[in-house]
Amino acid sequence: MNQTDKSNQPDKRRSPKLGDKNDLRIKAIENGTVIDHITPGQALNVLHILSLGEDFTNTVSVVMNAGGSRGDKDVVKIEGRELTEKEVDAISLLSPKATVNIIRNFEVIQKRQIKTPEYIFGIVKCVNPNCITNSSEPIEAKFAVTANEKVKSLILRCVFCESVMTEDLIQYIE
Amino acid sequence: MRSMHHIISTREYTTEMFDDILELAEKLEPVAKGEVKSEIMDGKVLALLFFEPSTRTRMSFEAAMLRLGGQVLNMGSIEASSIAKGESLADTIRVTSQYADAVVLRHPREGAALMASECSSSPIINGGDGAGHHPTQTLLDLYTIKRESKLENLNIALAGDLKYGRTIHSLCYALSRYHARINLVSPPELRLPDRIVDDLLKRNIDVNITDNMEDVIEDIDVLYMTRIQKERFPDPAEFNRISNSMRITKELIHSAKPEMKIMHPLPRVNEISFEVDNTPHAAYFKQAFYGIPVRMAILCKVLGVEDKIKEEGM
Repeated sequence: MNQTDKSNQPDKRRSPKLGDKNDLRIKAIENGTVIDHITPGQALNVLHILSLGEDFTNTVSVVMNAGGSRGDKDVVKIEGRELTEKEVDAISLLSPKATVNIIRNFEVIQKRQIKTPEYIFGIVKCVNPNCITNSSEPIEAKFAVTANEKVKSLILRCVFCESVMTEDLIQYIE
Repeated sequence: MRSMHHIISTREYTTEMFDDILELAEKLEPVAKGEVKSEIMDGKVLALLFFEPSTRTRMSFEAAMLRLGGQVLNMGSIEASSIAKGESLADTIRVTSQYADAVVLRHPREGAALMASECSSSPIINGGDGAGHHPTQTLLDLYTIKRESKLENLNIALAGDLKYGRTIHSLCYALSRYHARINLVSPPELRLPDRIVDDLLKRNIDVNITDNMEDVIEDIDVLYMTRIQKERFPDPAEFNRISNSMRITKELIHSAKPEMKIMHPLPRVNEISFEVDNTPHAAYFKQAFYGIPVRMAILCKVLGVEDKIKEEGM
């Protein structure tokens, strides 16, 4: 099912975020992924999760604090790269309202809202240095994910040692 | 095939689950004392894998298994095992769990017992995993309270190092099932972590926090003392000041109820004065004995031989 999507189109609306001349800041990608509606300020952390370092030579576009119909957001567009489920799960910890759009031949062929899973496997490193998952044992870290209603963030509880992590989750993402 | 019954933590145990084991332990007490002979574990083998020092837990498991007519396989010291060659815990468990009907594991890392249960072909009993859980200690503490005092309407003081003691943390959750009033007596540096206090309050438990033993000594039914470890304090003078302020002496317990009992997971250093040992308040050596019937009950549950207990007329 082909569909058009605003996340892969140049935004021509006049907005203080676009500058005076409404010039095109990011061009549409041909094949790859657009991660849209990222929580403002989290785009660089998304790049960190995707390990897009100097050996990645395709075009990567990053927009931070872009004005949108739902308020500010960050957007990341990556040419020639699709995400694994683990990467999507990791992004969901930082930006639970993001959407992932797969682009083929300039068309959005799949658009999905990220869903925070109940359990996270092998993405996050336990905060407790004495946890069995931080040893040389052949074991994948596993965390139960719940919402912290008080501070509107997520709580990760290590299934093995019960340590709890709730702030600055990016520092624990491997 | 019956699913394996691991004992990893008592955190989610219900009152019924606790009562079930405590009642079974009471039936087995004459066997634990050697007054009644039992062969219900005849042909069963228990493996003991202790990666950390232990006297009471290891020996009381051995005693429990032997008194029930079973056999014990002891891994021995780490230096004499494949661990010294760099074998992982996961591989050690995969191998040794085939040699026995159940495995008792003590390990310095939190979560080790849960990981072991995922790769074991026999039931795993957690004999203590770092600062994590020690479920058989929790069960024997409850049993001691039941036998020496009461579990219903209990007014208990937990004293000493409440911050790092895994025994205390697990016991708090277990006591909350019985709606005990819990007095937390510790120096400010060693208070019970807030997350556990919050959990107790959420369970509508009456919690009283103080640093003065005299505030509570007259009203409590049980005083559960724990060791304050010297290594928690960079300044030796500070350690001496705090450990002396928390010391249980004959003078301190003078104003206690006559039936008040003192418990301690042992080993003690100087937090309970030796002169207290000969008073009717001292229950800590009986507590160490109760580890045997409680671990017998746990073994019977794990190995599925409860029916045999009835057959033997216990």
